[in-house]
This record gives sequence, structure tokens and C-alpha cells, in this order.
Amino acid sequence: MSEQPNAIDALTAAKPSPGEKYFPKFEVTKELTEEAAKLVALYPEGKEQSAVLPIIHMIQEKHGYICPEAMPWIAEMCKSTPIHVAGVVTFYPGIHTSCPGKYHFRVCRTIACALSGGEELMAYICGKIGVDPASLTDEHPMAVSPDGLWSIEPVECLANCGFGPNVMINDTLYSQVTPKMIDKLISEYSKKD
Amino acid sequence: MSEITYIRGREPHPRETRRIFRNIDREGYNPSIKCFMEDGGYETLKKAIKMEPADVVNEVKKSGLRGRGGAGFPTGVKWTFIPKGNTKPVYLVCNCDESEPGTFKDRFVVHQDPHQLLEGMIIACYAVQAHFGVIYMREEFPEAAKIMQNAIEEAKKKKFLGKNILKSGFDLEIIVHRGAGAYICGEETGLINSIEGLRPYPRIKPPFFPAAIGLYGCPTIVNNVESLCQVRQVLMRGGEAFAAEGAQRSPGTRIIGVSGDVRRPGYYEIISGSITYGELLYDICGGPKRGRKFKAIIPGGASAKVMRCDEVLKDRNPDGTVREMSVFDIPLDLDSIAKFGSMSGSGGVIVMDDSRSMPKVLNNLNRFFAWESCGQCSPCREGNPWMLKLSTRICEGKGSPEDVDLLKSVADNICGRTVCAFGEACSWPTQAFTTKFREEFLALTKPINALKAHSPETAEARKYLIRED
Repeated sequence: MSEQPNAIDALTAAKPSPGEKYFPKFEVTKELTEEAAKLVALYPEGKEQSAVLPIIHMIQEKHGYICPEAMPWIAEMCKSTPIHVAGVVTFYPGIHTSCPGKYHFRVCRTIACALSGGEELMAYICGKIGVDPASLTDEHPMAVSPDGLWSIEPVECLANCGFGPNVMINDTLYSQVTPKMIDKLISEYSKKD
Repeated sequence: MSEITYIRGREPHPRETRRIFRNIDREGYNPSIKCFMEDGGYETLKKAIKMEPADVVNEVKKSGLRGRGGAGFPTGVKWTFIPKGNTKPVYLVCNCDESEPGTFKDRFVVHQDPHQLLEGMIIACYAVQAHFGVIYMREEFPEAAKIMQNAIEEAKKKKFLGKNILKSGFDLEIIVHRGAGAYICGEETGLINSIEGLRPYPRIKPPFFPAAIGLYGCPTIVNNVESLCQVRQVLMRGGEAFAAEGAQRSPGTRIIGVSGDVRRPGYYEIISGSITYGELLYDICGGPKRGRKFKAIIPGGASAKVMRCDEVLKDRNPDGTVREMSVFDIPLDLDSIAKFGSMSGSGGVIVMDDSRSMPKVLNNLNRFFAWESCGQCSPCREGNPWMLKLSTRICEGKGSPEDVDLLKSVADNICGRTVCAFGEACSWPTQAFTTKFREEFLALTKPINALKAHSPETAEARKYLIRED
């Protein structure tokens, strides 16, 4: 038998990332609980489990990723079980189980963007932020730069196919991106506080 | 109505008819309710809410409106599938998970004109008597989620949402639910499971469609963003007037997104069936890039079967004679292209010119489907990575000629053997590419043929590369 850890062990194992210094560590506070309760209240009574994704999004926005300690708390908030939350977390590519960098690149690699040079752009960004493109695999699609400021992740279709290649930095979409634009964006973002 | 000016450089093409996209890229237009109401917004809702819900459904049925998410199912008919005498609450879900590669139409509505969707959705909720609506927003639209949330607050203040809408006694709550980057959430039952907080595995249907047993086990209507915007158009212009415009079996306007190797890629709203693919690609999109020729078209999002541009298609004239045509002569509506084995789906046209290697294009699509398979059904979960491995092997020049047939046989064995339509979606590209561009695949397997017994060593190596039985 192989020595690979099982899925739950792999999920709960600590995955240190240089990006962590830019995000506050997850801890349960009164405000957080209240915010989660508000999200739960949006759904019909008895359907608290529906709030799993909204709460996950809220935590990911605040803390960068879903740490193993957060899952039992999420489960408690939406009257579910930790293993169920873990199931949801591991399903979606948009939910991170290790911390991304402060500025997170999402580079589209699907057909229309690939036709307009998305893959070359991906390699270019990797070079710029100091990430080895070979470290991006299906199991670990995200790589963080050593200084924790940048991370990169190839994604499938960002739904702006006519204007490729498309790149998202955190929540902002940039279309028809060229290497020159990347240089400019990187210097702009690194000047932000 | 006042003359509309558009942002310079983004004006619609003269052959377009902007209805849904009327306010997209409009000079001085913003997503606020003020802009929308100045443009006649929420007037249709005021009209619709005075009608009987059944009359609204009938109007939509009369219009012949067909869903714009890809499958093209008549919207009004879908609404009538709610069981008669139903006592459970009814839910309406707006599918804004726009994840089919090549499709980019809903993005502009939810980013630039959110109230249009909201008005259509309120009308639809009223028609099916749903008191709780969910806008399922894909994760890649974080800004749109905020814009939509803001639009909902604005509409609530103006009494278009919430309790007792416009004093009609009708209550409605709409929330925005964000996905998390999974293609399968665009499938309606996967989407419902995602809202329920489960892993978004699609459910088995038939016998029970979401309209009978959907969200929380209650009747649920799932409509695409563009469909709901069209519902507003239907009520605004009347079902009969709507049905009279465009192709007989798929009336109304359609938003076509063109991407890939054309001079002017982008989104175009045209009257269904009013132009052909040739007119779209040559007249509107400016033809192929300099010195290039069109080679292939994927006419309806990544999962539609690819069409060869130099293929001679045969069609029957009304008088029974056969005429020869090419893909450029096919009218741009929902059904015409289905006769030739493909589909117009969600209106995402991906164009490739003669500089492209088809096996590489297929390899990209296979990677997409292998990545996005939800893993519920074995044929799809196992078959997709297998197809990816095969097409990668062929692209790397390590494949044998038999791999091309093997690739197709894997696709044939996924198709129709899965819970949801993903099985078809992922196998159609492989089936079409390997059939229509077989020679390109075979050419890539040549390096191995070159190994043919020139020396005892290569003969030895070849034994392991090609199975001989």
C-alpha cells in the first residue's frame, strides 16, 4: 500500500503558506457568530445547511482560506456536521484549504483564453512572481510566492471569452491582458499598502 | 424613446437589435434603480402584477419563448410543470452560473443592468407564485454579487420586493447565493443541491424534475438570466408580438458571444434566425484575421459538436430537391444547426482559424471536462481523465493510430451513461473532433509509425507502443 495520507488527514494537516501573514488568523468572535447567524437567517426555517457556502465565503474573504479549525464552527453555525462541511470545502475549486497570497491571480486557461494566449501568460506571470509553473498540479492548483504577496491559480472559464486572455486579481477582472499589462499591474499592486 | 448613445468604440453593429443589451455599454448608464426607472423600468412589473398569475404564464407560453441556458426548453411550458393542487411552497431560482466555455452574456446583464434581471425575476416569481427566489451567482462574479445585492435593497425600498409588492398582496424575497467555481452547478439539479448546502451532485431525472421536486423537496423553477430578461420583454411587448419576431420555433432576440480567431470578437444581440453563421462571422465579426482562413466553429459553447468550415452539408429544399451548403449558410437560430448534428446551445460561438491544431484544441477541452467532472458517475469521472490522457499522448506525438479510435470509443461509452447531461457535454467534443478532423489526429501519431522496424531495436520498442492483436 502507498503511504499517501487519506483525504481527511490531508485536509486537516497543517499546510503552512507564506500568505498567512497578510490575513488575520481564524478565531471565533461574537461579531463573526452574529454575521454567520445573519446569513443563516436568509434561508427558510429548518434549512440552515444552505448557509454553508455563504459562511465559507465570508470566512474566506476575511481569513483567506478555510482552515481545519473553522470547519467544526461552520458546521455548528448551520446545524450540520464537520465532515459534511469538509465535503463541501473539498468539492469546490473556489474554496482554498491553504492560504493564498495577499493578491491572488486567477488565470483562465479554457479554450477561448487559450486561443488568445492564456497559457503563455500563465507562464509569464509565474516567472514574474517567482513561482515554479511545474508546482501547479491538479492536486495543488495554487502556488504562493515566497514573500506571500502573490499567489497564482489556473482556473476554468471566467465567462468573458470574447476578450481573452482574462485574469482576475482578487475580485477584479482584467481582460485582454498582455505581459506588459501584467508588469504594470504587479508594480501597481505592490505599491498598495 | 430617447436616442441611446453608446460608449465610443462599443457601439452595437447596425445588424444588431438591442433589447436585453439595450443598456449595456450605454453612455452614462449605471446599475442604479434611478437609471433603470428613467428608462421605463418596473413599468412592466406594474402591468404584470395586475394580471392573474395564470394569464402571465399563458402570455409566456403564447410567446414561444425558449430557455436561453442551452437546452432551449420552452419557458412557459416549464412553469406549468408545477403539480396541480400543490400545497408546498414554490421556489424560483435564477441560474447565473454562466460556466459554459465560450458563453459570456449573463455577465453583462448582472454587472451593468441588474434591475432588468430583477424585474423579469419578480414577474416570473409572480407567475408561478413563488415567494422565495434565489439568484445563483457564480463565484467568479464577486462584483456582480455586490451589485445584485445592492439592486435588491434598492428594489425593496421602492416596494418592488418584500411584503405586499405594489399593494398587490404578493410577497417575495430574493437572495443572492454565491457558488464556488464549479461548472456542474450550472446543471439545474446540481445547482439546487448547491443551494441546499450539499455537494452539487446532479440528481436523477426523470421521473421527478425540479418543477415537481426541487429545492428542499418543493416545486422549483430554474431559469437562466437571459430567459428571465426575455420574460420581461414578453410581458412588455405582448406574447403574440414576441412570437411574431424571429425564427418561428425560437422567437425573440438572441445574444451571441463570439470568441476565438475573428477580427472583432464580442457579444451581439440579433433577432433569432435573421442572419446566418456566415453573416455573423464575416459581416459582423469582420472575418478571419489577416492571411487566415476559418477552419472550424464550435457553435454553442464548448460542449457543442464542432463544425468544419470546408464541409459540404446537404439540406433538403421545401420542394424535395437537395442543395449543398456550408456551415456559413446555416441560419443562426436554435434549431437549424441541430439538423447538422450540432447545437446552438447557449450562443457561445468559438471560432478557430487554420493556424490551430485541432488535437490541441480538443486537449484543452478535455482538460476542462476532466477538471470539472463532479465525480458522481463512474463513466464520467474515470472516462474524462482517460480521454485527457489519450489526447495529451496524441498531442505529444506519443500516441498510436489506434489511440484515435480508442479516444472516440471512450467518449461513446460515457455518452448517455451518466446521471446528468455532463456525460453528453464531455463526449460530444471528442466524438466530433476525432471524426471530423481525424486526419490531424492520425498525422500526430506518425512519429511512432516512423519507428517501424528500421532496426531490431525500434522493432522491439514498437512492440510496447502499439498493441497488435
